[in-house]
Amino acid sequence: MKHAQIFMAFFRAGMLGYGGGPASIPLILAEVKRYGWMGDDEFSDILAIGNTLPGPIATKMAGYIGYRVGGILGMLNAIIASVFPTVVLMIILLVSLASFRDYPWVQGMTNGVVPVVAVMLGALTWGFIKRSKQDFGWMKVIFLLIGSILLIEIFGIHPALVILALLLFVFFRKPEKEQLKKEGETE
Amino acid sequence: MIYWEIFLAFFIPGILGYGGGPATIPLIEYEVVHRYGWMSVEEFAEVLALGNALPGPIATKMAGYIGFEQAGILGASVGLFATIAPSLMLMIVLLSLLYKFKDSPKVKLLSSIVRPTIAVLLGAMTLRFAETSYAESGILQTGILIGASYYLLERRKVHPAFVILGALIYGAIFLAPS
Repeated sequence: MKHAQIFMAFFRAGMLGYGGGPASIPLILAEVKRYGWMGDDEFSDILAIGNTLPGPIATKMAGYIGYRVGGILGMLNAIIASVFPTVVLMIILLVSLASFRDYPWVQGMTNGVVPVVAVMLGALTWGFIKRSKQDFGWMKVIFLLIGSILLIEIFGIHPALVILALLLFVFFRKPEKEQLKKEGETE
Repeated sequence: MIYWEIFLAFFIPGILGYGGGPATIPLIEYEVVHRYGWMSVEEFAEVLALGNALPGPIATKMAGYIGFEQAGILGASVGLFATIAPSLMLMIVLLSLLYKFKDSPKVKLLSSIVRPTIAVLLGAMTLRFAETSYAESGILQTGILIGASYYLLERRKVHPAFVILGALIYGAIFLAPS
């Protein structure tokens, strides 16, 4: 019963969430409340923790909530429910499209969709820049943007290395101020 | 060893992409198109477009399909595992520790500092896709499609699935190579 609920919750959230994992977060919250698995506060704590880690957010939430509600089996169940149906759909669609690849109209479909993807990515790019502006202000954002363009696009450095360097920079920066804050919190 | 390559191709984006699945897309593109040469920019765009037309998390749809294309069911499983498992394990194992640090300014800075870099990667991908479209369909058709989809997606907030469906039909009719 519990596992049927876990499956249905994440199946619905996965099948109804358009726009990638972040778009399905409110749907996951609705499911969590429907079954009374946790309160708003705990959910937002878990979301905050999930956001401190890299990688897709929907599967981190599904995995953790599934684990909380039904142990390891619940975790696997929640992940399968949120990932599997759409992956299977995707494979079926693309494989059947590939068998028509030699027809000119299928090539035309690909051509038609490329500019739409460009617009979607452009909008996503702008979203990231706006969020960054809120965090750092224009000066630092522009500095970071130009730095990244130079390193990745001009010098051809692997983006993973650039990101790793930024993370290490944050990690080793000004530890003494951080220490003070933590001590203050534990008191 | 193809399975090892698939694992790496999705493990690296999964472990470095802050900001959820969409942030990992340009990192996946880098591995799949530029590093391993499994598909061209057009093919990647097509997969991404269909992925965006379907519901559910995008990173896992990409990993599942690309893994499947390269090495069948086992390839799909490896791709999915590499995308999901590392960050989920970290989350479950480190939960109590992360809980303490979730409001720490340093941890918050960790995810915001990489955002401009992700923006650059996304922007570069945007340009590559626009260039590809220009090469395949010419400036006029590219302009029409970019203008129309911008208007529909961003101004009218039409559901992406409908816009992609429309573009597929438009392309099948007007953009087929003769």
